[in-house]
Amino acid sequence: MTLLAAPALPLHKAGPYVAAAYIVFLLLVIAYVAIIAVRTSRTERQLDELERDVKAREEEHRDDRDREYVA
Amino acid sequence: MLSTLKRPSLRVLTFATVAVIGAAFALTFFYAPLDADQGFVQKIFYVHVPLAIVSLCGFVLGGILAIVHLRTGDRKWDLRSYVAIHMALIFGVGGLITGAIWAKASWGHWWIWSDPTLVSFLIVVLLFATYQPLRFSIEDPERQARYASVFAVVAGAFVPLNFIAVRAAQGLVHPRVLTLTGGNLPGSMRLTFTISLIGIALLYATLCKLEIEAKRSRIRLRRVRRQLLGDDAVRPLGRSAAPS
Repeated sequence: MTLLAAPALPLHKAGPYVAAAYIVFLLLVIAYVAIIAVRTSRTERQLDELERDVKAREEEHRDDRDREYVA
Repeated sequence: MLSTLKRPSLRVLTFATVAVIGAAFALTFFYAPLDADQGFVQKIFYVHVPLAIVSLCGFVLGGILAIVHLRTGDRKWDLRSYVAIHMALIFGVGGLITGAIWAKASWGHWWIWSDPTLVSFLIVVLLFATYQPLRFSIEDPERQARYASVFAVVAGAFVPLNFIAVRAAQGLVHPRVLTLTGGNLPGSMRLTFTISLIGIALLYATLCKLEIEAKRSRIRLRRVRRQLLGDDAVRPLGRSAAPS
């Protein structure tokens, strides 16, 4: 087949193609990891907020109980 | 993100992936000799072919995990199948783009429609690209998981059939890096290719694990919020392609 018989590109012409292929690969990985990192940090932030809410509720409960006890 | 990475298994996988991919890149550019036919352009194969192989294996893995889901009814297998297919699709797109770059450098065309390997790989990627819309179109989570698993099994079975059909086809123009009889790579190139393949497979495993952990955290967060604050405090999910 004529396509396979095409001569090899010289280094200065082949270089950009090789660089482009590896950059595409790295960009895909970096973009994916960045998206997952943003989502995971959002989940962790929400979890922290939830923990703060739970603690605040527990303290509120304790205060109410103390007040009832005093009364 | 940091607390997710603190998990020992994920941390070990991440370090192993970075080390093996670093070694693969070093071998590719400093150890593997230039190909006599293709010259420097052949270096693309050390990323393109592993991406394509791992992607196809990922699709099959998604099908196998879907079988386990259908047999057990446990939704954790649906999550694993979803992540395996999602990641394989990303790797498949990577394989297509790097392949097109190689084709342009080697053949002078971005795409050759007469090459069965290229076209069949595109068909497989397009087939699995419909997996997400299928999930998105079904609102009930139970039905979504079941239908998606059936799709994953059927489409996953198509991958090896497609592979065998392409191998059996005549008049190939796509270079064969590996064959069942051992392939035609010299030792140094074979070593580099094997390390690259292991590196990309490890990357696939690491990213799958990372996504599974992220999805599990979200599911757990919603469950805890619902338990503590009641159903009203949790925003309704609405339609989602991801397992919930």
